[in-house]
Amino acid sequence: MNIIIYISIVLISIGGFLSFVRFVKGPTAADRAIALDTLSVIGIAGLVLLAFLFQRYIYIDLALVYAVLGFIGIIVIARYIEKAL
Amino acid sequence: MDTLNNILTYVGLGFVLLGSIFLFLGALGIYRMPDLYNRLQAGTKASTLGAMSVVLGVGLMQPDWLIKLLVIIIFIGVSNPLSSHALARASYRSGIFPFFKKKIDAYEAEVEKEKMSAETHDPASKCGNK
Repeated sequence: MNIIIYISIVLISIGGFLSFVRFVKGPTAADRAIALDTLSVIGIAGLVLLAFLFQRYIYIDLALVYAVLGFIGIIVIARYIEKAL
Repeated sequence: MDTLNNILTYVGLGFVLLGSIFLFLGALGIYRMPDLYNRLQAGTKASTLGAMSVVLGVGLMQPDWLIKLLVIIIFIGVSNPLSSHALARASYRSGIFPFFKKKIDAYEAEVEKEKMSAETHDPASKCGNK
């Protein structure tokens, strides 16, 4: 049963690495913002999986706060790209 | 009761595996797609489904945590399309156009009309788009 959790964590880590590569070499600022959005969603899923694997309830709260802060950050970055801020 | 817990555990493992595959495919689309709008499509839609599925799978495996995990699922489902919409609108208005030749563009006329009305009617509304 734990082997499936490990496989999922490896898949999510590879996804985070690919998204980070796009974050480093993206041509425009909007590409980097999209990669950052995907990275934050991947981080939320990874935190919830780690909370199940280590049986720590506090990581769920961490994932919730990270979701809220990532959303606000992406909205602010989008308004800045639009030159309306 | 024990068999019910076993069934819930296996269903939750299936959800977790499916969601992690979707997250991986979304990140692969972010890496491989040629264009900003294609990347936006692949990145936000697939990763929304993947994250919701992973969180729901953990909630099925651990039913004590289900309420807070449902809050996370609802928040992801509300906030992720909003942020993708804001990013697409911002990148279109800042002058990034699709890589391939476009056939239909219904938003271009809207932007032009807004720009014209902002220039002609009253000069105070130029900085009013907050």
